[in-house]
Amino acid sequence: MRIVQELLFIIAFGMAVFLFSTKVRQIRRNILLGRDKDLNDHPDLRWKNLLLLAFGQKKMFRNPLVAVLHFFVYAGFLIINLEILEIILDGILGTHRLFVPVLGSLYPVLISLFEVLAVLVLSGCAIFLVRRNILKLKRFLSKDLNGWPRSDANYILITEIVLMLLFLTMNAADQEMQSRGSEHYIATGHFWISGMFTSLFHGMSDSSVMAVERACWWLHILGILAFLNYLPYSKHLHIVLAFPNAYYASLEPAGEMENMPAVQHEVQLMLQPELAASAPASDTMPKFGAKDVFDLTWKNLLDAYSCTECGRCSAACPANITGKLLSPRKIMMDTRDRLEEVGRNINANKTFTDDGKTLLRDYISEEELRACTTCNACVQECPVSISPLDIILQLRRHLVMEESSAPAEWTGMFSNIENNMAPWKFSMDDRDKWTENM
Amino acid sequence: MIKTMAEYAANGETPEVLFWVGCAGSFDQRAQKITRAFATILEKVGVQFAILGKEETCTGDPARRAGNEFIFQMMAQNNIQVLNMYGVKKIVTACPHCFNTLKNEYPALGGNYEVIHHTTFLQSLIDQGKITMQEGGTFKGKKITYHDSCYLGRANNIYEAPRKVLELLDAELVEMKRCRSNGLCCGAGGAQMFKEEEKGTTRINIERGHEAVATGASVIASNCPFCMTMLTDGVKETGREDEVKVLDIAEMIAANMK
Repeated sequence: MRIVQELLFIIAFGMAVFLFSTKVRQIRRNILLGRDKDLNDHPDLRWKNLLLLAFGQKKMFRNPLVAVLHFFVYAGFLIINLEILEIILDGILGTHRLFVPVLGSLYPVLISLFEVLAVLVLSGCAIFLVRRNILKLKRFLSKDLNGWPRSDANYILITEIVLMLLFLTMNAADQEMQSRGSEHYIATGHFWISGMFTSLFHGMSDSSVMAVERACWWLHILGILAFLNYLPYSKHLHIVLAFPNAYYASLEPAGEMENMPAVQHEVQLMLQPELAASAPASDTMPKFGAKDVFDLTWKNLLDAYSCTECGRCSAACPANITGKLLSPRKIMMDTRDRLEEVGRNINANKTFTDDGKTLLRDYISEEELRACTTCNACVQECPVSISPLDIILQLRRHLVMEESSAPAEWTGMFSNIENNMAPWKFSMDDRDKWTENM
Repeated sequence: MIKTMAEYAANGETPEVLFWVGCAGSFDQRAQKITRAFATILEKVGVQFAILGKEETCTGDPARRAGNEFIFQMMAQNNIQVLNMYGVKKIVTACPHCFNTLKNEYPALGGNYEVIHHTTFLQSLIDQGKITMQEGGTFKGKKITYHDSCYLGRANNIYEAPRKVLELLDAELVEMKRCRSNGLCCGAGGAQMFKEEEKGTTRINIERGHEAVATGASVIASNCPFCMTMLTDGVKETGREDEVKVLDIAEMIAANMK
């Protein structure tokens, strides 16, 4: 019987790890479809961002109450996972609470601390469920989340609550069996939380309590393995990608737009034709701006997978607040959806086969892009270092430079700048006219 | 008489600082008042400065943000050529958009200058004791609210200098709920100034105008000629334009300094 359980466990565990690593490789491949950008400078500043923004969740604390709740859930979930190590080893070796002899009197203290965290995670998730579904918070009511994204958020919270309950029930049943002196249930010492609930099992037979303990153990670990494989399809992937995304966050001033060396060069040749003779002729026409995910940088694509759809960006976006179509959160969700579609295309056809679709227009409309004031509020708000603005601006560059698509007023503004050196139609000679009545 | 870089150069001199006026400051009638106010302060304090005059052109900011990199590069490279020709080291400007472009985007194209926004410049003049105010100035005891422009605030993390300058006015600073890094845009950035807004439930400057008026302040202090236009219109929409004025920080100082 024991060997069957061990075998089943090893098969389940192996499958979970295999499926997860396959999906992780696909996501990595998808991210690397983006154009190259070197983000390895200043490792000191990058590590600092990783510690402050990802580990320390600095941006979350712009709203302290939510930040504390989120920190409980995050810290709890992360730390309780240490317990998974024992569970996995027990599963593979067919042992029960392998670490008890190793840790001695420290063991019940550790488990008790995990239990306290489990209660915090549970309460945090419960409050978040209420916030999402009962309190009418605008960013959670938004149509951005209609359909799958709204369910996704609830599935995550419910799963975490169930996993924590299984963990606590398993421990309570274990404590009860210990008190009955069952040989298999090695004495661990008192667990602070689950130890209070052993009375739930008082009227049950040994075999029933054992069945509960085993069922909880199995459901808990299978639940975790299933959840692991759910991550890559979910907004919850942020628990992993927030870390690299903070590390690779832009270190430039937020107001700086990425330079376009190809255009710089071309304009240089135009302004100083004497340089043209010595300039190497370029044989490929450079592409200007972004039309599809391939034209964005790999960091933009990592951003898309890191987005947890919290909507802080859209709640701060002046365009979104005033009812425009633009929602920075939707920009990120669209980018991920398109990238996933491209990924499935590659899975099916080995290489990407033109599907007649692009991120621009099939996912993100011109009207959305036009509404951006480049105010950086979305970038400022994002707790996981995403820049929706960078994507918006690259798509705008494509519209104007590849398609000459701009509102008429902008076309006028461009020609004013080109001809009168100012966005308005004023004579250059009048530029210093203000000095006359000084 | 305000001299140009060309005039300085003709005498073989270089001024302490170049005052980059910007297109709004040069042509927009309302913004011209800000330009004159700031130039008046510089003259009074005795800062030796020059303008580029007819040689100044758009930095390229609105073209770049609208997506037209070609026009941006044309403007930027021309400006850098002129600035480098005069050996400009230090630039002050009353426009956060010019400030951001000159400071953050010209270095990649070979234009390296110390660029200062006029509010920071005013703060340093105050710190040096060069600006003294009249007794019982026009803003004494009045409620003032300050609007953080996006390109000074979030884009360049300058939140304190303008507020420090406002302290000199002996006024009561009342903050809007959305201030500093949470500040709400006026609606002009990203080349929006030059086109109609997309369809929505309201205009951004109306939203911000209401928020500013709701503080009960009689003056909305701004630091950007585009915010100036947007907020002035926004206040008009609330019907309170007679009681609530939008003023640039430089105008407020110029009106009350000795």
